[in-house]
Amino acid sequence: MGNKQTTFTDEQLEAYQDCTFFTRKEVLRLHGRYRELAPHLVPLDFTNNPDIKVPLTLIVTMPELKENPFRDRIVETFSEDGHGNLSFNDFVDMFSALCETSPRELKTIYAFKIYDFNRDNFICKEDLRKTLNKLTKGELTPEEVTLVCDKAVEEADLDGDSKLSFSDFENMISKAPDFLSNFHIRI
Amino acid sequence: MKVLTKCCIEGKRNIFNLLPVSCRSDFKAIMCSIRKLSTLAKRQYKTYIFLMIFPFISSSGSESDEDSMSEGEMAALKEEVEEKKKVIATLRNQPWRMKKRLVVLKEAQEFVEKFEGALGKGKGRKLYAYKVMMTKKLIKFKRDFENFKTACIPWERKIKEVESHFGSSVASYFIFLRWMYGLNLVLFGFMFGLVILPEILMGLPYGSIPRKTVPREEQETAMDYSVLFDFGGYCKYSFLFYGYYNNEPTIGVLKFRLPLSYLLVGVGIFGYSLMVVIRTMARNANEGGDGGEEGDFTFSWKMFTSWDYLIGNPETADNKYASITTSFKESIVDEQENQKDENIHLRRFLRVLANFLIVSCLGGSGYLIYFVVKRSQEFANMKKDNLSWFEKNEVEFVMSLLGLVCPPLFETIAELEDYHPRIALKWQLGRIFALFLGNLYTFLFALFDEVTAKLESEKVIKNSTEWVLNQYYSNYSSFYNTTDVPPPAVHPSDVIRGPCWETGVGIEFVKLIVSDIQVTYLTILIGDFVRAVIVRFLNYCWCWDLEAGFPSYGEFDISGNVLGLIFNQGMIWMGAFYAPGLVGLNVLRLLSSMYYQCWAVMCCNVPHERVFKASRSNNFYMGLLLLVLFLSLLPVVYTIMTLSPSFDCGPFSGQEKMYDVIMETIEKDLPAFIGNLFSYATNPGLILPAVLLMVLALYYLNAVSKAYQQANTDLKKKMQMARDEEKNRRNNKDSTNQVMKDLEDLLPNKSLIPPPTEEEPPPPDVVIEKGSKSPKMKPGAAAKGVNLQKDVSLAAPNPRAPVTRAPGPRKGPPGNARGPQPGPGRGRGRGGPPRH
Repeated sequence: MGNKQTTFTDEQLEAYQDCTFFTRKEVLRLHGRYRELAPHLVPLDFTNNPDIKVPLTLIVTMPELKENPFRDRIVETFSEDGHGNLSFNDFVDMFSALCETSPRELKTIYAFKIYDFNRDNFICKEDLRKTLNKLTKGELTPEEVTLVCDKAVEEADLDGDSKLSFSDFENMISKAPDFLSNFHIRI
Repeated sequence: MKVLTKCCIEGKRNIFNLLPVSCRSDFKAIMCSIRKLSTLAKRQYKTYIFLMIFPFISSSGSESDEDSMSEGEMAALKEEVEEKKKVIATLRNQPWRMKKRLVVLKEAQEFVEKFEGALGKGKGRKLYAYKVMMTKKLIKFKRDFENFKTACIPWERKIKEVESHFGSSVASYFIFLRWMYGLNLVLFGFMFGLVILPEILMGLPYGSIPRKTVPREEQETAMDYSVLFDFGGYCKYSFLFYGYYNNEPTIGVLKFRLPLSYLLVGVGIFGYSLMVVIRTMARNANEGGDGGEEGDFTFSWKMFTSWDYLIGNPETADNKYASITTSFKESIVDEQENQKDENIHLRRFLRVLANFLIVSCLGGSGYLIYFVVKRSQEFANMKKDNLSWFEKNEVEFVMSLLGLVCPPLFETIAELEDYHPRIALKWQLGRIFALFLGNLYTFLFALFDEVTAKLESEKVIKNSTEWVLNQYYSNYSSFYNTTDVPPPAVHPSDVIRGPCWETGVGIEFVKLIVSDIQVTYLTILIGDFVRAVIVRFLNYCWCWDLEAGFPSYGEFDISGNVLGLIFNQGMIWMGAFYAPGLVGLNVLRLLSSMYYQCWAVMCCNVPHERVFKASRSNNFYMGLLLLVLFLSLLPVVYTIMTLSPSFDCGPFSGQEKMYDVIMETIEKDLPAFIGNLFSYATNPGLILPAVLLMVLALYYLNAVSKAYQQANTDLKKKMQMARDEEKNRRNNKDSTNQVMKDLEDLLPNKSLIPPPTEEEPPPPDVVIEKGSKSPKMKPGAAAKGVNLQKDVSLAAPNPRAPVTRAPGPRKGPPGNARGPQPGPGRGRGRGGPPRH
C-alpha cells in the first residue's frame, strides 16, 4: 500500500496474503511478534528467506499460548521437525489456521492432529487420558478418568475399533456448537 | 479427478474434430497417453505433458490450420489455467505446510502468467487480454479494500484484552456492541446527510417561520437548564425534532425534496437494518454446527471443545480448569444415577405457581406504566412550576425502575421451578423479553391515547386560526378595498400554535432513552464499582469473608446487557422518525458505553464460574433483534398510514396523510406512465392474487422443508442402526435392533436351530433392556447396556469366532441365531466375508 518497509519484498507479502487468512498489516505485525520472541536470533530482513527456527520453549511464553494446556501440542503440530521449533512460515501458518476466518474443515483437521498425542493418526484411549488430565489438572480420580474416556470413545466411535479415526472425530466435531468459537486464537 | 478426466475427454473430442486428418493419428496417440497419465491423479504431470506436447502440436500442425488448432488446444489450455487459478484461490484452506503452499503458489502463478499470454492469440484476443487485466486489477483492488477495512475496525486491542481475561462469551457482548455501533453509524449517516444537513444548509433559518421559533410565552424560560434537560425550550424547536422541518416540496438551489426524503429515510432506516440483520444471521448460521442433539456427544464435546483458546490470563485459566472439572464431575454423576423419580405433581404445581406469579408481575407492571402515563398527561395540563422533579419524570423513572427490579424478582421466583440451568436461562430471557416488550407497548398505547387527544385539540386550534385568518382577510379587503391582501404581519413567535403531537412523541422517546442511559450507567457504577470497592476494603474489618461469601465481586451479566442493548435499539428505531437527532444521540451513547463498560468489566468483575450459552450460535440474539425490528416498525407504519400529521409543524403539514407526499411526487414530478403503473399496481384486483400466490409459496416451502427434515431424521436413524450393527458385529453379540429381532422371529429357520447354550440367558436380559429403549438409543441407556454387557462377556466365554468366511449352509456355529448377516453387507463396507 505504499508504506516503506524492508522486512519483506512485495511479492513475499502478496504470497503470504494468498496463502493465509491475514492481511498485509497483520503479516508485518506477526513478524514483529516473532522477532520479539528472540531478537538476537531473528533478523529484521526476511527478503532472502533466512532459515531461522525459534525453539519451543520461547514460543510457549507468548501470552496467547502460555495459559493453554495444549500449548506444547499446538506448537509441535505446526512445526516441521515435529519438536516444536517453528520457522516464520510455520509461525504464520499456525496463527492463520487458528484465526477467526479459518474454515471449520481446516480447524477440524488441525484439532485432530493436536489431540493425537502419539501421532498415529488415531485418538486412542491413551491420548484421551492425556487430554483429560491436561484439562482437569489431575483433579479427577483414575476411575473417573477411565469412565470419561470410555464414554467419549463410545459416543464418537463409529467403526467400533475403540479409538477415534479422523472421520469419527470429524463427525463428532461437526455437530459441536462451541467448537468454532472456542478453537480460536486472536493475534 | 473424475471431473478432470471427463473434461479432458471432452476437450480431446473437441480438439480431435478440429484437427486435419493428417495429424489425427498422432494426436490420438498423444491424447491416449495423456489420458493414461491423467488417471494417475497428478495434475502436475498433465501440465508437464502439455508443456512438452505444446511445441510439437503447434509445429506439427500445418500452417493453414494453425488458427483452428490453437483454438482447440486453447480451450483445453484455458481450462488448465482456470484450474490453476482455482488452486490459488483455495490455497489457504489446504492443510499443508506453509513451504509447500508457497511452492505450489509460485508454480501455479508462473503457469498462469505464461499461458495467459499465449491464450491471447487468435480471435478476441484483445478482449481476452483486457478481461484478464481487469480481473487482476479487481483482485488487487478487493485485497486493498479488505486491508483498509480491517485497518478501520476499532477496539481490537480492547476486545482482545477482555477476551483473554473473561473468555469468548463475555467478549461476544462487546463484539455485538461494536457491530451495533457500526449499524448506528450508517443510520446516522443517512439521517444526517439526507435530512438534517439539507434542512440546516438549504432550509429557512431559525426564527423565520412560526414552527422554527420558540413561542412568545416560552421565551423567558427557553434557555434554562431545567427546561433544556426536559428537551423543551430551544431544544424543542431545533433540528433534533420533527416539528422543525418545513413542508416546502423543494428547497434551495438544488431543489432538494425534503418531505419526500424525510419519509424515504424514515422507512429506509428499517429496510437497511433488516438487510444487515438478515445478512449477519445468514453468516452466523454456518457456525452453529450440524444440529446434533443435546445428549449425543456430551463427553466428547466436553473433552474437545470446552477449553477456550482465547484465555490468556492465569486467573481466568484457573477458573476455567475448575469449571471444566466441575462440569465433568456433574456429567459423571448424571450418568451413574438413575433419573430421580421425584414427586412430579409437586414439581408441576410449583411450576404452575411460579408462572402464575410471574404473569401477574408482568400484568402489574403494565398497569403501573399505563397509570403513570395517564397521570403525566394530567400533570402536563397543570402549571409546570408546581411539579417536583419526580413528578415531571415519573414515567421514565417508573419504567427504568421496573426494568431494574423485575429481572432479579423473576430469577428468585424461578427457583421454585428447579430447571436445569440452561433451560432456566432460556425461561429467564423469555420473561425479561416479555417484560420489556409489555412495558414498551403499554407506553406506546398510552402515548397514542395522548396523541389522539392532541389531535382533537389541534382541530379546535386549526379552526380558530383559520377563523382568525379569514377575519383578517375580510377586514383588510373591506378596509382597503383590494383583493390583493398581503399576509398578516405577525411576528412568528406570536402566531397561535397547534400542539404538534409528533414532536411531543419524539420528546417522550428521547427522555425515555436518556433516562435509560442514566440508569444503566448508574447501575454499573453502584452495582459493580461501589460493590467491588466495598468488598475489597471492608474485607479487612468484617466478620465473614466478603470476597468469597455474600456480596463478593459481580459477574458480568451477559444476557441482561445484550437484551438491554437490543431494546435500546428498538426504541431508537421507533423514535428516529419523530426525532431525527435521536440516532446521533445513540451513536454517542454506544461510543461512551464501549469505553465505560470495558473499563468496568476489567476493573470490577470476575470471570464466570459456569458459563451457559443461551443458544448454539449468535443467532439467538440476532433473532431477537429481528423480532424487535418488526415490532418497532409497526407503530411507525401505523403513524404514516393512519394518523394525520399536524397542520402547522413538520415536513408533512397540510397533507391528509403522511404518505400523500409520495402520491404528490408521483403525480407531479415523475412521467405519466409511472403514475399509471402505480395505480395499476395498487389495484386490489392485483394485490389479492399476489397475496394468494405468496401464501401458496409459503405452504409449498413449508412442505419441502418438512420433507427435508424427515429425510434428515431417517438418515440419522440409518446411521445409528448401521453403527450399532457394526459394533455388535465386532463384539459378536446378538442384534439389539428391535426391527432385526422382529425379523429374526419371523424367520422359519429359527425352529431348526438347536436350543442355545448357557451363554444365551444373559444376553436376552441385556437385549430386552436395550430393546425397550431403542430405536432412539440415548447414551445414558447405552452406558448401562455396555457395562452389563461387559460383565456378561467376562462371565461367559464367547463361543462365536470372528466371522471371517462366508456363511455356509445352516449348520453354522451354535447360538448363531441371526438371519442374513447385517453387519458387513450394510453400511460400512468393511470388507466382510464375501457374499454370494
